[in-house]
Amino acid sequence: MEVLKIATAGSVDDGKSTLIGRILYDTKSLTTDKLEAIETRSKANGFDYLDFSLATDGLVAEREQGITIDVAHIYFSTAKKSYIIADTPGHIEYTRNMVTGASTSQASIILVDARNGVIEQTYRHFFINNLLRIKDIVVAVNKMDLVDFSEEKFNAIKAEFEKMIAQSDYKDQNITFVPISALKGDNVVSTSENTPWYKGESILDHLEKLEAQDVFEKGQARFPVQTVIRPKKDEFHDFRGYAGKLYGGDLAVGDQVTVLPSLTKSKIKEIYFFDKKFDKAGRGSSINVTLEDNINVSRGDMIVKTGEEPGVHKTLKAKVCWMDSKNLVGGTKYLLQHGVNRVQAMVTGIDNVLAPDFSGEDASADALALNQIGEVNIKLAKPVFYDKYAENKTNGSFILIDPQTNHTAGVGFIQ
Amino acid sequence: MSKELSINPLETEAIHIFREVVSQFEKPVLLFSGGKDSITLVRLAQKAFWPAKIPFPLLHVDTGHNFPETIEFRDRLAKELGVELIVRNVQDAIDAGKVKEETGKYASRNSLQTVTLLDALEEFKFDAAIGGARRDEEKARAKERIFSVRDDFGQWDEKNQRPELFDMLNGKIDLGQNVRVFPISNWTELDVWSYIEQEEIEIPSIYFAHKRKTFVRDGMIWSAEDDVVYREEDEIVEERLVRFRTVGDMSCTAAVLSDAVSIEKVVGEIRESTISERGARIDDKRSEAAMETRKQQGYF
Repeated sequence: MEVLKIATAGSVDDGKSTLIGRILYDTKSLTTDKLEAIETRSKANGFDYLDFSLATDGLVAEREQGITIDVAHIYFSTAKKSYIIADTPGHIEYTRNMVTGASTSQASIILVDARNGVIEQTYRHFFINNLLRIKDIVVAVNKMDLVDFSEEKFNAIKAEFEKMIAQSDYKDQNITFVPISALKGDNVVSTSENTPWYKGESILDHLEKLEAQDVFEKGQARFPVQTVIRPKKDEFHDFRGYAGKLYGGDLAVGDQVTVLPSLTKSKIKEIYFFDKKFDKAGRGSSINVTLEDNINVSRGDMIVKTGEEPGVHKTLKAKVCWMDSKNLVGGTKYLLQHGVNRVQAMVTGIDNVLAPDFSGEDASADALALNQIGEVNIKLAKPVFYDKYAENKTNGSFILIDPQTNHTAGVGFIQ
Repeated sequence: MSKELSINPLETEAIHIFREVVSQFEKPVLLFSGGKDSITLVRLAQKAFWPAKIPFPLLHVDTGHNFPETIEFRDRLAKELGVELIVRNVQDAIDAGKVKEETGKYASRNSLQTVTLLDALEEFKFDAAIGGARRDEEKARAKERIFSVRDDFGQWDEKNQRPELFDMLNGKIDLGQNVRVFPISNWTELDVWSYIEQEEIEIPSIYFAHKRKTFVRDGMIWSAEDDVVYREEDEIVEERLVRFRTVGDMSCTAAVLSDAVSIEKVVGEIRESTISERGARIDDKRSEAAMETRKQQGYF
C-alpha cells in the first residue's frame, strides 16, 4: 500500500485540527468510541457542534488552552492509500515543530482564514514549505462559510498568495487552491454545492491523485552504511554485509562502486533483503549489501556508484533553522549529524538572518535565536560527503547536536 | 530475469530504526509482551540483522495476570530464535512492598508494570528499550517520538521533546538516562495485522475466535476463566465465541465477539471495525489523560 505523508500549517485558530478531524470523520476513520468521546467533550465545553480538534489535541495543556503545541501524527486510509498527517502547530514560537513535521512529508496543506487573508504567518508557512522543497502544496482557504462563500474573497486571497509564489525559486512546486469550510465540511472530502463557481476538486480527491513515491527524491544513489553485519555462524563464516537505507537512486548487482571517504573501489556482489537475494534495489529500501572485494567499510561510510561521487568537503554553507533556546553564535562547537555520520563541527560565522516577517535578510545579525532561520558557515573536523539539499534531500541535510545537552539544536539545508 | 525488490515503506523505516538502535546504544533490549505488536517487532529485528541473530535480549515484564497462551508462546519463540529472554515479575515488586495492588471492581496490574520495568532497566543497565507502541493507538502516543528520551526516573517530558528530522535519529544521552524506541510508530492496527498475514507470522491462539467462559460488564466482555478478573456475583457467566484484539493484562483486556478463526478473517474484521483497539482497554477509559499521566511516570 502507498503511504502519503502530509504536513499541515496554519495560524492559531485557522482550523487545522478541525480540518483533520473533519477528514477523519468524513472518511469514517473515527471509530465509535473516539466519536463518543468527542461528543461528550463538545457538550461539556458547551459547543452546539462537534469539536473535531478534540480528535487530535492529545496533551492536557493543549485541550485546556484549545491549541496544538506539539506535532501529532494522525493516520487514516482510503481504498487507494494510507495517509499520515503531521498536525503541526501554527503559532510563531513553534516553527521548529513545523519544520520537523514537514521534513518527512511529501505534501503540505497551508490553511488561510478567509476573513483574514494572507498574513505574516502565511509567508512563514509558505517559506518553510519552500525551503524544505515540499513538492505539493494545497492552499486551503478555510471558513468560507463565514464570508458567504464569496468567490471574490477567494480570488483576492489567491492573487495575494500568487505574488509570493512569483518570488519563489522552486518552480517545480505544484500549488492548488481550494475554498473550504472545515467545520461544515465543504470541499474537504466531497465538492460543495455552496461553491458552484469552484471547478476544482475537494482536498481529499486531490490528495488521492498524488504520487506517494515522491518522498524518495530522484537523483544519484547514496547508500550510507548504518552497521556492518558479521553473523559469526559456520554457514556464513566470511559474510560481511553492509546494512543501510538507500536514497536517491537504484543499486544493482555488478555496479561499480566507490566507498567514501576512503575512495576505495569495488563492485556490488549481492543485495539481500532479509534472507532473499535481489538483482536490484530502489531508493527507499533498507538493504544489506556485500562487495566483491574485502575492503574496510564501517558505519558512517557511504557507498555510491563510481562516477557519481558527491563532493568531499571540510566546510559547508547552509540555511539553518534554529530549534534551541540557547542562541547559535559564531565560534561555538556542535556535533554535526549528517545522515548516520557524526563529526565535530564549529560554526565559523552567520551570514544573515531572515527577518521575523520573512520580508528580507538582516546581514548584521550575529546570532540565530529559537525559531529563526539564517545562513550559516560551518567548519568540519573530518571531511563530509554531501550534496546540495536541492539535489538530494537526505544527503543535503544535517542536524546540529548540542554536546552539553545532547539536544537536537538545529537543522541545516546545505546550499 | 532481473529480480527487483519491492518496498513496503513502513517496513523499510522500521528496519532503519532497528539498525540505528544497535549502532547508537551500548545495551538495547526489546520489550516483549507476547502480543502481536512485539511479535511484529521481533520479525522486523530478524530482517534488520539477518544472517546474524537478533543482537539484543527480549525483556518481558510479567504482571502475573497474562493469558497462559501468551506465556507459552513467548517461551517457544525465544527458544526458536536463540535469543535470551529475561522475565521480571510485578509480583516481586508487590511482595517487596514497592507497589500496592489495586483492589475492587476495576483493579488491574497494568499500571504497576512501570516500577518493574524501570527496575529491570536499572538492573541490566539497558540504555535503549525497544517497544511496540504505535501513534495511532492513543492521542498522547500520537505525540511520541521514535527515539523518546527518558530521565533517571524514566519520565517522559512531553513539552521538551527532541525534534526528529528526516531519517536522522539522535540517541545521544547522558549516563543514567535511557531511550524508549518505537520502530512501528507509524503503523496502524490494520498495518500490523496485514503484515502478520502477508509474512505468515505465528501469533498466540487467543487472537483467534475461541469458546470462552465470559461475563459482561459496562458493555464489555471479560474472561471468567481465571480468578484474576474481579467478578460480582450477579454478573452471569456464559460461554461465548470471542477473540482478543490486544493481549494485555487479563484484568484490563476485554474480548470481542468474533467468529474470525483465521488471519484473513481477523484482517477482514479489523477493516470493518468501528471500535478502536484501545476501546477494549479499561486502563485508557479511566480518564482522558490516562495515557499521558502514565507515560510521565515512566510507562512505555
